[in-house]
Amino acid sequence: MMRIPPAAMIGLFFTGLYFFMAIFAPLISPYPMTEIVGDVWEPASSEHWLGTDNIGRDLLSRMIYGGRTTIFIATAATILSFSLGSILGFTAAVVGGWVDQAMSRFVDLIMSIPTLIFALVVLSVMPVTLLILILVMGLLDSTRVYRLARAVAVDINVMDFVEAAKLRGEGRRWIIFREILPNALSPLVAEMGLRFIFAVLFVSTLSFLGLGVQPPNADWGGIVKENKDGIVYGIPAALVPAVAIATLAISVNLVADWVLNRTTSLKGGRG
Amino acid sequence: MHPVLKLVAQRLALSTLLLLAASVLIFAGTTILPGDVAQNILGQSATPESLANLRKELGMDQPATTRYFNWLFGALQGDLGTALTNGRDIVESLSGRLKNTLFLAFWAAVVAVPLAIFLGLLAVRYRERWPDKLISAVTLASISVPEFLIGYVLMYYVGVKLGWAPTVSTIYDSMSLGEKLNAIALPVTVLTMVVLAHMMRMTRAAILNVMQSAYIETAELKGLTSFQVIARHAFPNAIAPVVNVVMLNLAYLVVGVVVVEVVFVYPGMGQYLVDHVAKRDVPVVQACGLIFAAVYIGLNMVADIVSILANPRLRHPK
Repeated sequence: MMRIPPAAMIGLFFTGLYFFMAIFAPLISPYPMTEIVGDVWEPASSEHWLGTDNIGRDLLSRMIYGGRTTIFIATAATILSFSLGSILGFTAAVVGGWVDQAMSRFVDLIMSIPTLIFALVVLSVMPVTLLILILVMGLLDSTRVYRLARAVAVDINVMDFVEAAKLRGEGRRWIIFREILPNALSPLVAEMGLRFIFAVLFVSTLSFLGLGVQPPNADWGGIVKENKDGIVYGIPAALVPAVAIATLAISVNLVADWVLNRTTSLKGGRG
Repeated sequence: MHPVLKLVAQRLALSTLLLLAASVLIFAGTTILPGDVAQNILGQSATPESLANLRKELGMDQPATTRYFNWLFGALQGDLGTALTNGRDIVESLSGRLKNTLFLAFWAAVVAVPLAIFLGLLAVRYRERWPDKLISAVTLASISVPEFLIGYVLMYYVGVKLGWAPTVSTIYDSMSLGEKLNAIALPVTVLTMVVLAHMMRMTRAAILNVMQSAYIETAELKGLTSFQVIARHAFPNAIAPVVNVVMLNLAYLVVGVVVVEVVFVYPGMGQYLVDHVAKRDVPVVQACGLIFAAVYIGLNMVADIVSILANPRLRHPK
């Protein structure tokens, strides 16, 4: 029987809740996303649970659809950065030599420019669409996955079972996917939670700066931007999506922490 | 040549090389990608003639390498070109804003660095007890919270509800230092909170690492007082990691400034960069990107050099 600590329970609950709302957004949300249903910045009421936004749209509905966009982009970017980063990292570790040197130095170079600044530079010439956002975020973040994957794979690459596979005459593809990948999975999965949080914060920041998801669609960062002018007049509508971002990130973090502790305790501690 | 000098020289050369490569990357990122600057400026309804004219004006008819070297040599001589949107000289518009950004980052560092080191030491002193656990929990929360949430929460409660500090941080050259500090009180608080937890945790790890080494145990066993142990053995070895932590976080501060400036409408470089990304003003974006990258690489270099200089093992060549 598996015992789940309370912190992880809370994390699982909120993560599940947000993902559930994201998947079933059209069924759950009480109003359409872009329809004006009331006055500007109405306070919370029985009709509008979270009140209305800066042009009179139902805030709860926008939050639900916004969460869907945020989670979709963050998930897609995480999957991209993971597949790309780990495959390249494993390849670098297995092939070694100048291939490893070239890829690692290039990653060093990309990481020498702050991610946000690099993304802003690239987005200044690219059309801002969902696909471009996912690509830019996924590619920039894959550098961090690459470093971890390479470090883990370098260790595994010298183990006896990999040596045995090489002596058996297995090809590189077998070594990477059948020998290294299964053994490198647990540190990578724990890292996945952190990368997902990073992606959530990153897309929210970009949208908050007006360079992410474009209106009338909005993710949580975009909803903060739309309602930020209300803050000065004492209207807290902008705090709602900001709090949602924070709770999602903290919940995923709690789950990732738990997974990390569990996987490392299976192997009798983290070294 | 003394080995320390040699290492420092290596770092300097490496950082210069890195900056050069970063400038290539920034230039390439805005040039090779499929987006067409001229098309973006004029919009979809532009005629082919006006597009061709604008391209010529921007020097787009020349090969990319020529444009890169023109840009690079211009930048080295302090000429970053003119902004597309208003035709003003970029260096002129930037210098005042860079000063404002550094002013903000400087005061955030002045508050955050001593506080983080002090709290880090506190966590080491009360290891595994409640102050330490509290610090860990706060760290977990703070890496999950976007900067703009801290910013707006503070603005809403401290600025609007309590009215203790101005919600919009406009500063002018004519303001006195006290007025300026009052204006940037909220952004400085936000930046401090953003870097504090991380810096605290890394300081804690660095000092714990030193305190657990064998030479500290030897020093204790040979009967030195705890003050002597810290002053002679722990402190010299902890300088390098702690300075490293501080520098890495200052580098992070420079980037965090972008969002915080937008939240508080502060007239700094971050705001300037974001505005011009939205307007697709490529020369300004390239210039800002280069300056941010230079500051970031520079701070990382200083961190490396300080840890070389502070390493007692390198001071006595074999």
